[in-house]
This record gives sequence, C-alpha cells and structure tokens, in this order.
Amino acid sequence: MLGHMEQRSFLPYLRTISLRVSDLTLYLRQVLESDLLLQDVWVQGEISNLSRPSSGHIYFTLKDEGASLRCVIWRSTAQRLRGNLQNGMAVEAHGRISIYERDGQYQLYVDSMRLTGEGWLYQEFLRLKARLEQEGLFDPERKRPLPPHPKVVGIVTSPTGAALQDMLNILRDRYPLCEVIVAPAQVQGDNAPLTITAALRAVCRQNPDVVILARGGGSLEDLWAFNDERVVRAIAECPIPVVTGIGHETDFTLSDFAADLRAPTPTGAAVAVSPDRDDLRRELSGTIDALAAAFGSRLDQLTGDLDEATYRLDHLSPLRRVENDRQRLDDLVERAKRAQKHILALRQARSQALAGRWAALNPLAVLQRGYAVVTDTAGRVLHSSAGLQAGQDVHVRLAEGAFDAQVTAAHPDQPHP
Amino acid sequence: MEPTAVEELSYEQAFAELEEIVRLLETDSKTLEESLALFERGQALARRCAQLLEQAELRIRQLTGEDLTYEDED
Repeated sequence: MLGHMEQRSFLPYLRTISLRVSDLTLYLRQVLESDLLLQDVWVQGEISNLSRPSSGHIYFTLKDEGASLRCVIWRSTAQRLRGNLQNGMAVEAHGRISIYERDGQYQLYVDSMRLTGEGWLYQEFLRLKARLEQEGLFDPERKRPLPPHPKVVGIVTSPTGAALQDMLNILRDRYPLCEVIVAPAQVQGDNAPLTITAALRAVCRQNPDVVILARGGGSLEDLWAFNDERVVRAIAECPIPVVTGIGHETDFTLSDFAADLRAPTPTGAAVAVSPDRDDLRRELSGTIDALAAAFGSRLDQLTGDLDEATYRLDHLSPLRRVENDRQRLDDLVERAKRAQKHILALRQARSQALAGRWAALNPLAVLQRGYAVVTDTAGRVLHSSAGLQAGQDVHVRLAEGAFDAQVTAAHPDQPHP
Repeated sequence: MEPTAVEELSYEQAFAELEEIVRLLETDSKTLEESLALFERGQALARRCAQLLEQAELRIRQLTGEDLTYEDED
C-alpha cells in the first residue's frame, strides 16, 4: 500500500533532473563560499542558546527582533578570545557564512568578536576591575610599605627581556648590598598567567623582602596577562610587598591596582625598591656624627660631675677637723684621682676613636686638618708620651710628606688639650 | 650575651645596631665604662657599614625548574 502511494506521487518527476541532497547542499555551500561579502562579514546581534561542550568549541545563536543565525566558534579560536561570552550580550561577530551539511544549516563560523560599542578587551577589563574592586582587592588599606633596606629582592619577569637587565643595572648601581632572586616567567601569551603566578609563589618561598613584577613595553594585547584574574589575585595574596613595573608610563593593568606600589616602568620599580647608595652614605655619615655628639655630651656630663666633686673638695672647711670629715676628704680625694684617670683615658680614647671614625671614611682627612701621625722607629703609632725619652728619634707624618724628629722632653702628665 | 662580631653583620643589622647605640648614648645615663664600650662598638659598626657600602657587589640567583612549579595550584 505504502509502496504504491510512493510510486504514484514520485512518478511525475521521473524524467526531470534530480539532485541528491548531498549534491544540492554542496552546491549551496559553493554558492555561499564564493560570495565575497559572506566570506568576510561582521554580524551584530544578541547571544542566545550559548553552549560550551567539552570539545572546546562554542555554539550559540545570534538574534535580533526579526531573525536568528547559528554561530560556531572553533576551539582554536575560542582559546584566543578574551572574556566570557554570556547569553544576552550584544556583540558583533566576524567570520564567514557556510553550511553545516549534515543539518542543512547555514551558519556563521566566527573568527573574532567584539562587544557592540566599546572595545571588547576594555569592556572585559572594566568588568573584572569593578568586580575585584568590590571584593576589596585594590583597597588602599591593603597597601603595605616597602622595606627601606631590602636584603633580598625577588624579580618575576622574562629571563631574556631587556627589562631584567635594566633592573639589574639599576640595582647594581644604587644598592649592590642586596641579593636578587630572579623567578623566570612568560610575560605574554596563553601560558603567561600560569607561569607568572607560579613564579610569584616560587619567589615568595625564598622569602625575599620585596618582589618586583615587571615587563617591558608592548601592545595592550601583549600586556594582557597582567589583567588576568589569576595574576591579580596572586599579587593580592602575596605575603610579601609587590611592586609592579609593567609596560610604559601610560599603561595601567589590574596587576598595578593590586600591587602595593605601581611603578611606571621596570626601571622605575627597581628604583622604588632600592635606597640610593649616596643617600646611605649621607645617612651613615649623619649617624656617625650623632654617635660622636652623643658620646661627647656624655663625656661633658661626666667631666661636669668631676668638676663639681673637685669644687666641693676645695671648699671643705679646714676648720672642721672632725675625724668624719677627715675621712670624707680622703674619700673624695681618692675618688677625684680615680675620676681624673678615667677622664684622661677617656679623652685619649675619644681622640683615637674620632681618628678612627675619620679614617673609616677618609684617612687623609684628619691629616689635612693639620694633624700629624707620630711613630717610633719601629713604625708603631705613638698614642702617649709616657715612655718617651729625651733624645729618642721619632717619625712624623703629615698630610703631605713626613719628617724625622728628636724628642727634647716628654710630658706624660700634661692633660689632653 | 656576647654581641655578634661586626664582620658577621649585614649592613642592615650593623646600621640598626649603630642607631640603637646612638639612642642609648643620648638617653641613658650609662657609666663611663659602659659609655666607652658603646662608643667603641659604634665605631666598629660604622666602619663595617662604610666597608660594606663601598665593597658590595650585587648577587644574582635565578630560580630553575625545581623551584618553579607550573601546575595550577588552585
């Protein structure tokens, strides 16, 4: 019965040309693919029926009020796309129109996409920035101060980039006291976020005092790894203060916002973490002066105490010859003598120590101020005239030149001027 | 407690101790002997700092494969 009906309804077409479905579909596909417009077209619409199977390809429908269009993004393209597609997004998709022959379905094979209106990357940047900002990742209270004298500086960057050499040169020049630990990372490309976060964690395990995350200049796309959420979170979670130096002065990445300090460039970051050796020299010199001053005023204080004791000794009434007073006088004399000895020793020590201080910085400076170094014939520096004999030969060294001399008289008891 | 020999101190350690000594000399009324000992220690520390500052050479170490793990740790 069925066979009969089929025969009857198909009979009239027997003598016309008939195409197999496959042939027709192939023909249609060739027609579409030979159309220049359809092979290079931007289509705008709203994403719906978004599907991301495990194959990695992405399927969705672009639609507007009147029509809809099936779209495919192959996995290789999907991996290059930044940002998350979502149903309801208004986008412009670029690609070529062809036919999926099995379903007889024409569709758009997408090779790139952008948000309608503003740039896709920028939209994504703003969206992530707003989210992380709300989480508090960029809060000013989170920013930690940098150590003034870091002993160990960690650097996360490309091991082959010029940026690394620039930073090392700065550190070598300004602050060679520190040790640098370089944690190599890829700073662009698909693997960059993963290697950057791993390098950050690895360098932190070495317990540096501060970490620099840096990359030389590049396009917005080149710097994109530094807007990756994983990288931004790794910076925020880093137990050690992080300074970023990414791209050029005008480039701002989300990493910069999460860092404890954003430097405009890699070299700027190296400068930011390191004190300048000239400043250190001045700082040290100032502290040495403070040390000498503090010790000097302590000496003055002690000398004052001695003067007071001597004064009281001098004014003790000779009329009160009570045994008690007698004894007290003896005590005071004894104490004064001891103190006198201390002060002498101290003054001597002070002049030696001060000479030592100048010698530490510039051994010639003392001589240039008119002082001389006197040595005996064996070359030993003479600190005291005790033990010197009249007629003894000595050697006197001045800032410029030296001469030999003979002692005419020694005065070991004469106090220090 | 015996103080560490100055030769074993880093710049930061030596400088911090130097500053502490200045503070002690400025604020505490130490005896002659104590003041003198502090002052001498301060001198030695200052010399150590000056020496480190002028002779230091940047040390650089690069982490290699075993220090770096690229697995996704999250």
